[in-house]
Amino acid sequence: MSDTFFTGAPHWTWFIIPYFFVGGLAGGAYFLAAALDWFGRPEDRPVVRTGYDVAAVGAILSGLLLTIDLGRPLRFWHMLFQSENFPALMFKGWSPISFGAWAILLFGLFSVLSALGARAEEGRLQMPALRAVGGVVRGGVAKLVSGIGGLLGLFIAGYTGILLSVTNRPIWADSPWLGALFIASGASTGAAALILFAPARGATERTLEWLSSFDTKALVVELLVLVAFIASLWSIRQVWLGFWGLVLFVGVIGFGILAPLRMHAKRAQAARLVLLGGFLLRLATMLASEGIDRYRVAAGL
Amino acid sequence: MPEPMGFFTDTTVCIGCKACEVACKEWNQLPAANGGVGELSGDSYDNTRKLDGIHWRHVRFIEQFKGPYDGRWLMMSDVCKHCVQAGCLEVCPTGAIIRTEFDTVVIQSDVCNGCRACIAACPFGVIDLNPVSGTAQKCTLCYDRLKVGLEPACSKACPTDSIQFGSIVELRARAHKRVDQLKAQGVKAELYGADPEGALGGLNSFYLLVDEPEVYGLPRKPVLPSRHLAKSASFSFASAAVLGVLALVGLRKRRMDDMGGPGGGGGS
Repeated sequence: MSDTFFTGAPHWTWFIIPYFFVGGLAGGAYFLAAALDWFGRPEDRPVVRTGYDVAAVGAILSGLLLTIDLGRPLRFWHMLFQSENFPALMFKGWSPISFGAWAILLFGLFSVLSALGARAEEGRLQMPALRAVGGVVRGGVAKLVSGIGGLLGLFIAGYTGILLSVTNRPIWADSPWLGALFIASGASTGAAALILFAPARGATERTLEWLSSFDTKALVVELLVLVAFIASLWSIRQVWLGFWGLVLFVGVIGFGILAPLRMHAKRAQAARLVLLGGFLLRLATMLASEGIDRYRVAAGL
Repeated sequence: MPEPMGFFTDTTVCIGCKACEVACKEWNQLPAANGGVGELSGDSYDNTRKLDGIHWRHVRFIEQFKGPYDGRWLMMSDVCKHCVQAGCLEVCPTGAIIRTEFDTVVIQSDVCNGCRACIAACPFGVIDLNPVSGTAQKCTLCYDRLKVGLEPACSKACPTDSIQFGSIVELRARAHKRVDQLKAQGVKAELYGADPEGALGGLNSFYLLVDEPEVYGLPRKPVLPSRHLAKSASFSFASAAVLGVLALVGLRKRRMDDMGGPGGGGGS
């Protein structure tokens, strides 16, 4: 029996599951927008702008979800500053939840800056203060912001998986693949979100085609990592192969990966399935472990 | 500087009276479970069942019965292990979890914001949220009592001295003597967590057991949560690198196609 079965569940459920999904999606969308910003063509701009918007909304939503989930939400700042020694910073480089708090703050800052820059580019900012900030984020500054933000986006998509592995909980600590899996899922759901939202902002067929082609590759990477993840958990399959195994095999692999790979022509429909698969992946990995409680194991139940 | 202090729990003399549980609740003013309405576990004479945010001591009943005349009770008063290398302290992102001058591990309730990272990090399932304070809580080894020279409430209340409080060095010597005594009587006795070279650098609350650790709900080889950090981070980095290369190669290919094929001009 794995030693992880003697631990207690942290109750990371109904706010954290959507956060893992939204954070991954926002990080993936920002990364793709930044790649198109740096190496794309002028016709890609609508997708770039959509990506920054999705990331900014996603980052703000992520911060809200994380704060609401705390036992004492008004003390959220204790993760950033030493509460008894303000304004000394609170940072532990070896604790994913500590560096993740800083990463989500910085990602929020960079994604909002990029979104303001993109809106200023379109002339859609009414408030003078926002217009002034948006006006600064252009040219070289915009490139620098998107370069750093793109790397932060990938980080945000993946650190949540590392956070789960750096525990002593069953399933999460029994596999080192969760971070890699969440990055691949963040990229595939980020591309899917752009495929769904960008047409309304005037995305061209060529950019959407590139996004769709990238999504296909990201799904293949996700499938390979998912196979490695499942293989690493095979020795403890008795605790997850039931209901959550069904969700993983049918919902995530069947509907979320294989079905979209087969329906390349129906782009929007495939994108919706990818989003469903990304959410079910977070749901299954979180609740499969959350449902395992220590005394039941100790009592041999 | 005071020396490291802790508990030695000799499970062979525990009678399951739960005086330690009551003393702990009383001294630390912990709220009743389930609003004070008694709730039976239904499958054991033990109705506390586990350590959590409002039960910092728990007398575990292990009912080993094969038949009506073939069985035994094992009892163990469980508590935070005050690990020398503590997983909870390692991950806590607010700095709420500290090591005290007595080498014990304490959660400062006024600093904790209830993120619950420590709950998932603890290899023993000791910590949980206290629903009243909204913060993670566990045994403090009566830090307030230690500060004024008193012994912890649980060991003070223990009528059989199953829970012994003292300096770790002294307790270890006493524990080894007791193991030798039991072995001479033909009892299979082992210490759990008494080895400073062992798991987590030793536990400042260690046990004398007469069965396998798993039977008592204890992990055989408890480890720090950070053991997966390097491997998990490397795999994540590799995944990010592959996706990054796929995105850039796709963009380059598109540019090549625009220029009329691979020989059509400069790359990105």
